[in-house]
Amino acid sequence: MSKARVGWYLASLLFGVALILVWKAIVDARLISPVFVPSPEATLRSLVDGLLEGEAAELFRATLMRMIYGWLLASIVGVGLGALVGNSPTARAYLGPTLEALRPLPASAIIPVAIAFFGLSDRMVLAVVAFGALWPMLLSTMHGFQRVEPRLFEVARIYHMSRLEFAWKIALPSALPEILAGARLSLTASLAMAVAGEMLVGVDGVGQWMLNAGRSYRSAEIFAGLALLATIGVGTSILLGAAERKLLRWRQLQR
Amino acid sequence: MTDRALADVRPFVLPVALVTIAEIATRVSGMESYTLAPPSRIAAALFQAGSDGTLVSATLQTLASVITGFAIGAVVGVSLGLVLGLQRPLDLLSELPVEVVRAMPSIALLPVWMVIYGLGYKMEIAVIAFTTVWPNMVMTRAAVRGVTPRLLEVSRVLGLSYLQRIWKIVLPAALPGIFVALRLTLGFSLIIGITIEIIGNPQGLGSALMLAREGMDPGTMLALIVWIGLIGLALNAITATIQHRLFGHIAGYGARS
Repeated sequence: MSKARVGWYLASLLFGVALILVWKAIVDARLISPVFVPSPEATLRSLVDGLLEGEAAELFRATLMRMIYGWLLASIVGVGLGALVGNSPTARAYLGPTLEALRPLPASAIIPVAIAFFGLSDRMVLAVVAFGALWPMLLSTMHGFQRVEPRLFEVARIYHMSRLEFAWKIALPSALPEILAGARLSLTASLAMAVAGEMLVGVDGVGQWMLNAGRSYRSAEIFAGLALLATIGVGTSILLGAAERKLLRWRQLQR
Repeated sequence: MTDRALADVRPFVLPVALVTIAEIATRVSGMESYTLAPPSRIAAALFQAGSDGTLVSATLQTLASVITGFAIGAVVGVSLGLVLGLQRPLDLLSELPVEVVRAMPSIALLPVWMVIYGLGYKMEIAVIAFTTVWPNMVMTRAAVRGVTPRLLEVSRVLGLSYLQRIWKIVLPAALPGIFVALRLTLGFSLIIGITIEIIGNPQGLGSALMLAREGMDPGTMLALIVWIGLIGLALNAITATIQHRLFGHIAGYGARS
């Protein structure tokens, strides 16, 4: 990272701090009732209390694990199925349009069906998370495989590669940028669906904690929950960014 | 069958086959389920809900929230994106705060707005608007940044004022990119609206869906899911058509998406 970049990061951090101070000033001046929006100190206190004495740490872990399991499940199924469909023109012609048509269907709409199958349980939430995270993964993998450079087919033919070998050694690496872009969307979707599922079913998690706080007007806890979820969101995004840089290094070297 | 006709038919093979199998399987097994229904019953339930007005009113409730929330998010998001796209220092300064706010999942804002507005339209609109601001902002910023510097030079030569430059040069040049953002966030808006209604806002299609589930009426429940899917498809098709009409002539307009 260049020096200017680091400087801007620090400036941006300071700007963030300044925004928090503005937030504090607004609440202190009673421009917004503290019932609706807590002060930054109250939020921090709730967060620290929750983490040290309450159950927030446990809930944080529950939400994180639910999201990761759902996401992993979706990734395995999505990449597998997407590769299968994307690798074969016949499968693409028959399955592609149906899969594309299902994309605009909100993942949450299958919640009642999932409840019918799994009841109001942890497994149902996991199923919904996986379903929500599946589509971006599946469709981006499919498109990635579809857009393999045609000349690479010729390369594969010259090396007498089998179809499986071609998928593994050529198509998968060349589809990787799109798969990773799908993985990013899929991570966002899995966190959102995990929170939605927790709110609906009431299984332990940050979402359920926040909704209960909302019902009893404990706004400091709601904001503490938001901070926890933002931590998950930022953290997973940074990890994925690091994985992206590592996995796609060969592409940067090419240029 | 010619190749051409085969190509036209292939996309429909799978859905038709699935529907037929579902119909036959439920008929043959004589299943009476609280969770599944034969496609014919789903179609009948869809027709029933459509003719007695419940479907129309629920759809209007959902669309009212979705479109209002989307519009607010679009105006605020695109304006912020324009400012950040034109003012590089401001953009760099706001990078970290924006990343943090964007990382919060949309649905998590439900309790925040529930405390302020209670249940109902306002809360749903607020959650949708707040969530769609960020993708609109980020993509507008990218579109503005993508305007070729030569156009800005032209505006300088023409002696345009700052506001004229934005209105006559930057905005039209960035419009295809902005439209991609709007299309995307309209889809998000529907998803968020339905999810909020499923979780607890007692109005609209999401709520009707949960009511049908509690009433052990799988025909209506599945009919509503199909209907919600159709609305999603329709919104997507409408915006795709508008996009094509407006920007179809611009080569590579989709490349920036």
